[in-house]
Amino acid sequence: MSISSILQQFHRIYAGHVEQVRLLDRFSNKSTNGTLYLTATHLIFVENSSNNSTSILHHHIASLEKLSLTTTGCPLVIQCRNFRVVHFVVPRERDCHDIYSSLLRLLRPVSYEELYAFSYNPKQNDQQREEGWQLIDLGAEFERMGVPCDQWQLTDVNRDYKVCETYPRDLYVPITASKPIIVGSSKFRSKGRFPVLTYFYQEKKAAVCRCSQPLSGFSARCLEDESMLQAISKANHNSRFVYVMDTRPKLNALANRAAGKGYENEDNYSNIRFQFVGIENIHVMRTSLQKLLEVIGTRSLSMSDYLVGLESCGWLRHIKAIVDAAIFLTKAVTVEGASVLVHCSDGWDRTAQVCSLGALLMDPYYRTIKGFMVLIEKDWISFGHKFADRCDQLDGDSKEVSPIFTQFLECVWQLTEQFPQAFEFSEWFLLQIHEHVHSCQYGNFLGNNQRQREELQLRERTHSLWAYLMSEKDNYLNPFYSPAYSESHPVLEPSTLPYHFKFWRNMYHQFDRSMHPRQSILKTILTLRENSRKKLQQLGVTPIATSDPPAPPPTRDQRSNSNALPPRPDSLILGAPINHKEVQRQVEDDEQEEVGEEATESTDTERTVEGSSGTESRKQSYGELEGTYNTELAKEEPAVVSLEFGVARMTC
Amino acid sequence: MEFAELIKTPRVDGVVLHRPFMPTVEGTLCLTGHHLILSSRQDNTEELWLLHSNIDSIEKRFVGSVGSIIVKCKDLRVIQLDIPGMEECLNISSSVEALSTLDSVSLMYPFFYRPMFEVIEDGWNSFLPEDAFKDLESMTDEWRLSEVNKDFSVCPSYPPLVAVPKDVDDDTLRKVATFRHSGRFPVLSYYHKKNGMVMMRAGQPLTGTNGRRCKEDEKLINATLRPGKRGYIIDTRSINVAQQAKARGGGFESEANYPQWRRIHKAIERANVLQESLIKLVEACSDQSHSMDRWLSKLEASSWQAHVKEILTTACLAAQCIDREGASVLIHGTEGTDSTLQVTSLAQIILDPACRTIRGFQGLVEREWLQAGHPFQQRCAQSAYSNSKPRQEAPVFLLFLDCVWQILRQFPCSFEFSESFLVLLFEHAYASQFGTFLGNSAAERAKLSLPEKTVSLWSWVNRPQELERLTNPLYEANSLVIWPSVAPQSLLLWEGVFLRWNRSSKCLDEAYEEMVHIIEYNKELQNKVNSLRRQLAQLETEDPLLQTP
Repeated sequence: MSISSILQQFHRIYAGHVEQVRLLDRFSNKSTNGTLYLTATHLIFVENSSNNSTSILHHHIASLEKLSLTTTGCPLVIQCRNFRVVHFVVPRERDCHDIYSSLLRLLRPVSYEELYAFSYNPKQNDQQREEGWQLIDLGAEFERMGVPCDQWQLTDVNRDYKVCETYPRDLYVPITASKPIIVGSSKFRSKGRFPVLTYFYQEKKAAVCRCSQPLSGFSARCLEDESMLQAISKANHNSRFVYVMDTRPKLNALANRAAGKGYENEDNYSNIRFQFVGIENIHVMRTSLQKLLEVIGTRSLSMSDYLVGLESCGWLRHIKAIVDAAIFLTKAVTVEGASVLVHCSDGWDRTAQVCSLGALLMDPYYRTIKGFMVLIEKDWISFGHKFADRCDQLDGDSKEVSPIFTQFLECVWQLTEQFPQAFEFSEWFLLQIHEHVHSCQYGNFLGNNQRQREELQLRERTHSLWAYLMSEKDNYLNPFYSPAYSESHPVLEPSTLPYHFKFWRNMYHQFDRSMHPRQSILKTILTLRENSRKKLQQLGVTPIATSDPPAPPPTRDQRSNSNALPPRPDSLILGAPINHKEVQRQVEDDEQEEVGEEATESTDTERTVEGSSGTESRKQSYGELEGTYNTELAKEEPAVVSLEFGVARMTC
Repeated sequence: MEFAELIKTPRVDGVVLHRPFMPTVEGTLCLTGHHLILSSRQDNTEELWLLHSNIDSIEKRFVGSVGSIIVKCKDLRVIQLDIPGMEECLNISSSVEALSTLDSVSLMYPFFYRPMFEVIEDGWNSFLPEDAFKDLESMTDEWRLSEVNKDFSVCPSYPPLVAVPKDVDDDTLRKVATFRHSGRFPVLSYYHKKNGMVMMRAGQPLTGTNGRRCKEDEKLINATLRPGKRGYIIDTRSINVAQQAKARGGGFESEANYPQWRRIHKAIERANVLQESLIKLVEACSDQSHSMDRWLSKLEASSWQAHVKEILTTACLAAQCIDREGASVLIHGTEGTDSTLQVTSLAQIILDPACRTIRGFQGLVEREWLQAGHPFQQRCAQSAYSNSKPRQEAPVFLLFLDCVWQILRQFPCSFEFSESFLVLLFEHAYASQFGTFLGNSAAERAKLSLPEKTVSLWSWVNRPQELERLTNPLYEANSLVIWPSVAPQSLLLWEGVFLRWNRSSKCLDEAYEEMVHIIEYNKELQNKVNSLRRQLAQLETEDPLLQTP
């Protein structure tokens, strides 16, 4: 791809470029020379030798650091929210400073209108855009669950965002909860987030409700709130009590009492069973991820330091705590048939994690591609997870940033590892969602709540990610998915023994080629499936719709059918004999394009490298070959050194 | 019959078997000379046949009049048998204990086992050194096959035939043998066809504290270098350990005496440390507590993954010297029978595509482990649950298999065999009906007349039905050198061995089947396309009108 065409693709003001920039690999001594281009939305590095390019969306940049000048130039280290870390060396300090200060200006937008989503144009007309936004319909989703029903109804109390401005307009509550009860209860709950329905388990008529912490302090009580919980309890005839899950550690909840908040007193509420679950707060999670990234970013990391680091950063412990809480919720609902009310402090972080993960365990629908979008739309977007604050969309309070949603995606990934056949989507789907939660390229995740999104007129002015993902659904299919499995295992019962939780290399080392297997089973199988599809076409059989996911069932009938086809030349599009390898290569090429980001961002080839041919030899060194005659130097864990005789280039 | 004396109670009824993730089975327990058998005596239900030699340790527990014995196996499985009657329980447990710790090799099951299958190809003759040498001869004439060790007198742990540089005569070899640990003079391990570089292995040189040297040794080693070329000596011990070895008569090659060689020290741990590591790892894996911190800290404390990383790194380094640097390599540790073999065999997996086939891998195990004198019987006498004081036990071979598995995970399409082949080798190295892994060296195996008296594991493996089970459905021959990543983030715990009995593998197995299904379906379609294409071609030749202009 030529440079001008890359730049053309971006349709942006071209702000300048610097030549002879070196891009250093984070884990080896490898470096590539190229030219760095700065546009209004992207930073693009084009390699001299191959014209391969790396493009970084400004919104993805989490931090930017200009290191002190070296003999070869001025180093610029960029850390991205999608866990890409790039290290440039710019020959002249002045150029480096120019890029640095331009980026600083560009990557801290102060108003939503500056975000990429408002200028991003995938060449769709208004009607297509509108259809994209209509893809997910939460009203239909509640209907699918069986709501409204004889016990639950839609309330219009929040139609104008009067009762709770961080909730959506449409809310479902028990029929016995009258307006005064709702309003009273909302006044007793932090940020007005009163108990509402988020998932209805039809089989047992048990409900999963969510809210924020009660403003109970040391002794305050609220009759309306008590009636609200009573109403939730009464709406379920299968159980005499409601579980109230406070997802915080008890200590945190106790501390909140001093601030006039706190948790439900079992004496004041009849028929509740109160339970702490102990998920840490956003600050702990933020620090934990920082520590994790620090550990895994270390060069020549020893196994011991890696495992110690993995333990001390606590990341997997937090992931496990969230899964544990979701399992508790699932068991209460599906086994005991009890309704559960989940809250944390404000009810938009831990509560969202636990409710959505619990629903995913209970309901196979959420394990499909469409269903997973619905789940995110419902429990995260509509119920007001503060994406803008947590993902640092605008220049704001860094204390509000936290990887809560990333954790949710990781929990889902951990489950896909335990249940390889239960999910319609593969890991690539999760990675792509993660990418775009931070890209600000689509409107879905902008802002902190629905009200804000309406004010920003996102539906009119931006595009929906779901429509885009749906349009390339084939790329995200899990070839091992079995709807039959979901039918026989509607509720997943994962094991939470610690060794089931693994480090998610494909997320946190997404862009570090050297860390990845050179051949990937997922990619190979997807290629095979694609081959099969093409062969079926060649054989004149209508391609099996990939949206109908059971692996093409080669039933005897079908086989004999296609065998029985007369060898009519026109059914075989075989002008020239195609050898097997060629087909495969062709498919691989196709896929590379498809799996990468869409055309305007297709420069991001590293994403697809995961399963590259396995033929490329890895440019890495396994140890020290030089300096070994001096026995003093033969240390246990040698630094990575170049291999040429007599040239020991130690790198920092 | 000696076994009868050891079996105090041959049969108990009403025994209940507990296994994790499987329903309990009630039935009759029988003890034979070599097996512990539990049969439910109901039609078609599975029976438990456990080789006594697979039992690592046994524990007794009593609740009222029901005794339980907990049997811990060398393949890391743990089962529990509830046996009614105190006396029966005591008898069974002491019998099993005695039968599982028989000292005499000739009483082992392989000497009694008669194959229930037709031996198509006798595995004892499948991988003879002379055959391997024929391959080498086709590539180079710089090496010869020496019979200097034909009566095992020069080096008791070497096979009768070894490949050595052509210009070095047997007398020189005899002299060199006196200068190397256990007589293990440098021999050829691998010839890299691409550039003619070689990998050799040996025991440590016996330089001692006063820096003894041996002209013949220097001559032999230098004979492997092409003019003007230099080589690398990879010592699998840290420099400190190597220094300390001098005090016990061992040592390493000094620069002064071997000026054409660069020496590199890597620290691969020795037998007892590795055994300790295995015990800790298995203990960590069976910990059922739900604490993440505890798991990670126990995993770290076991150091198992660190050993895997170190061994792989050293093997990669050796491969790098040969393939990238175009230099020959000599590898040794102390004896040259443990870490040395891990490195030489793994380097071949990386460099040589032939070693990644099922048959090639068997050949590798045969050449680099069995013939090369890895003391299997000593190393695999006990596994992770042993209560007895470790003597010579060490999971050296298991670590090698783990490293192979790591490479397999990173190159899932480049190996003809699947993980199950590696697991199978692990099981049979520790307890087997086949004679392959009995004895500690070629000499011992010859003395025991194993080829005449026992069946080879390879005879069993190399049958179509068995091969099918062990084949990797994703395999597509890859003729290149494969460089694995040795970053800690890229190395995983080998769940197929260490968590095999601690988790339910149902979901994973089903997904694997689905994968096989997709691959087969694709092959089927390919065949169909091919056959239609042939028909089309035929039609075209028959009817010229159909041909497109």
